[in-house]
Amino acid sequence: MTRMITFSQAINEALQLAMRKDENVILMGEDVAGGAEVDHLQDEEAWGGVMGVTAGLVQEFGRDRILDTPISEAGYIGAAVTTAATGMRPVAELMFNDFIGSCLDEVMNQGAKLRYMFGGKAKVPLTIRTMHGAGFRAAAQHSQSLYGMFTAIPGIKVVVPSTPYDAKGLLLAAIEDDDPVVFFEDKTLYNVKGEVPEGYYTIPLGQGEIKRPGSDLTIVGIGKQVQTALTAAEQLVKKGIEAEVVDPRSLSPLDESIILDSIMKTNRLIIVDEANPRCSIATDISAMAADKGFDYLDAPIKMITAPHCPVPFSPALEDIYLPTPDKILKVVSEMIEDDSIVKL
Amino acid sequence: MKISEEMVQGITSEKAKWMYQKMCEIRMFEDRVHELFGQGLLPGFIHLYAGEEAVAVGVCAHLDDKDSITSTHRGHGHCIAKGCELDGMMAELYGKATGLCNGKGGSMHIADVEKGMLGANGIVGGGFPLATGAGLTAKLKKTGAVAVCFFGDGAGNHGTFHEGINLAAIWNLPVVFVAENNGYAEATPFEYASSCTNIADRAEAYNIPGEVVDGKDVTAVFDAAQRAVERARKGEGPSLIECKTYRNYGHFEGDAQKYKTSEDKKSHVEELDALKTFRDYLIRQELVTEVDLDEMERSVKEAVEKSVKFAEESPLPTAADLTKDVYVSYETPERGEQ
Repeated sequence: MTRMITFSQAINEALQLAMRKDENVILMGEDVAGGAEVDHLQDEEAWGGVMGVTAGLVQEFGRDRILDTPISEAGYIGAAVTTAATGMRPVAELMFNDFIGSCLDEVMNQGAKLRYMFGGKAKVPLTIRTMHGAGFRAAAQHSQSLYGMFTAIPGIKVVVPSTPYDAKGLLLAAIEDDDPVVFFEDKTLYNVKGEVPEGYYTIPLGQGEIKRPGSDLTIVGIGKQVQTALTAAEQLVKKGIEAEVVDPRSLSPLDESIILDSIMKTNRLIIVDEANPRCSIATDISAMAADKGFDYLDAPIKMITAPHCPVPFSPALEDIYLPTPDKILKVVSEMIEDDSIVKL
Repeated sequence: MKISEEMVQGITSEKAKWMYQKMCEIRMFEDRVHELFGQGLLPGFIHLYAGEEAVAVGVCAHLDDKDSITSTHRGHGHCIAKGCELDGMMAELYGKATGLCNGKGGSMHIADVEKGMLGANGIVGGGFPLATGAGLTAKLKKTGAVAVCFFGDGAGNHGTFHEGINLAAIWNLPVVFVAENNGYAEATPFEYASSCTNIADRAEAYNIPGEVVDGKDVTAVFDAAQRAVERARKGEGPSLIECKTYRNYGHFEGDAQKYKTSEDKKSHVEELDALKTFRDYLIRQELVTEVDLDEMERSVKEAVEKSVKFAEESPLPTAADLTKDVYVSYETPERGEQ
């Protein structure tokens, strides 16, 4: 029988396996263990992160390897950069990706550039885990999806998993990797279950996956939006339309060939990304496809994204902020001029 | 004159020679870079360390290759004191392929990780968390190494000052924070920009030792650094040393320095000069002979000229180098492989 565990458990398991395999792997972050130096607190009562993703690890690895930090993102993310450059393999947690405002210098100007500035004489095997994603009613400063911003920075790799299986294999690959990797975790996926094998395995960074084969159009989804695309694809079957759903899995490096090979077959491209629409991964993929795959395309490339506004608090507004299967169906109907698709 | 083999204030004759040699290297390197920049031979921004030699040398006298330092935009002096080769440094300033960073970093990012020099830094205040990280590795791996963070009075007002020092203090890390207070953040006086009399006074807020020293006196810096480095090596945690100093040149090359007073310039450059004072001290204490000092100065001058020649004769990087070393690896599948 296949084993089903949650996205959160898959990440926890990856961290556990990485720490067992390599004693240089440490975790750093705000409450990654929780309750540091509280005498009466038992390790099994420790939080393990605000969402409990790292729960239980402190019991196995102790507080020398699971380091609770003060709320000093610049301090500990910056420290993680040189901890990595001097021989450790830290996994630093930036609780919400929105908090990058407090430590962008350490990521963008230090971590990302050390190797290049030093003429290749340093490496920074640092993984930054961070939560992203709307739909949690967490409003404008705890809900963004900022992976596009990091993708624009040379020297950093960017990973956005969409399933528990991918989350485990990609996180292990990120920790093994000798470059800085920012690993995005959609907080609304944490409780989603999926098939995940036990034991250690990695998924190469820069290798996308076809999550659903199809011949009529290509939908590239980012992170959780892969699931939105799959839901829409199932509904399109009723109209005899077979959508191919492509999950790039890492945005830097980007598996351009999996996208180009797909549109060569389907001749149509839709990108579903819940980030804001300007200077985004959706525009980036769109430009790449127009540049390198123009001859394959029979229709304009369409992007389904959030609008150019912050993430709202009110559920009534947040629900219309996000991409949905219906929004995809509407775009598909326009693309292939069939009004009946939207009524599915 | 009899040269004493005895230590004077903990400084052996051998150490004293090393210190004077490094101070000369910094002064002569910087004076030469000043000339070369004036002749339009060096690209980019240059921030010179001349005048502050006693700080880098007095501190680095206690370090070896396993110890790390983080530096600032004014980083040439730290490089030299930490043992970086002049040839590779000068070539880096010229943007040559033979530079310490293959011409990719330049003056503001000059580094030599093997020597424990974790880079000059173009971001003021960038070094605090970085030194703390190097200290964390030393503690976790039990290497006995120490990390030193050199920073200017301008950086003392950056938020990372608090975050880096607080983190090093709560984790009891082997880090020494060394303020090089040269009186001006660019053109802004320290007294205007800082709501404290001394940067070192802030140490009290972190429950760590803080000490103000005469940063023009290398023996005073040596002495304070000895206490701080020993404390760090013993696992007793970080310290903050503030060295009151003066930069002989401007913030950057091309700065007319109208914000400085001529009295200050005269007294610092002529009377309180760190090299002159230390030279007199060495002779007075019979640690090094005048003949040896003269010989040292001559050979350093030669080494600096050799570095200029090396840099000028070195090849430039080529187009193939442009995108090299962004990543250790950055691979994706070829078309049709899926």
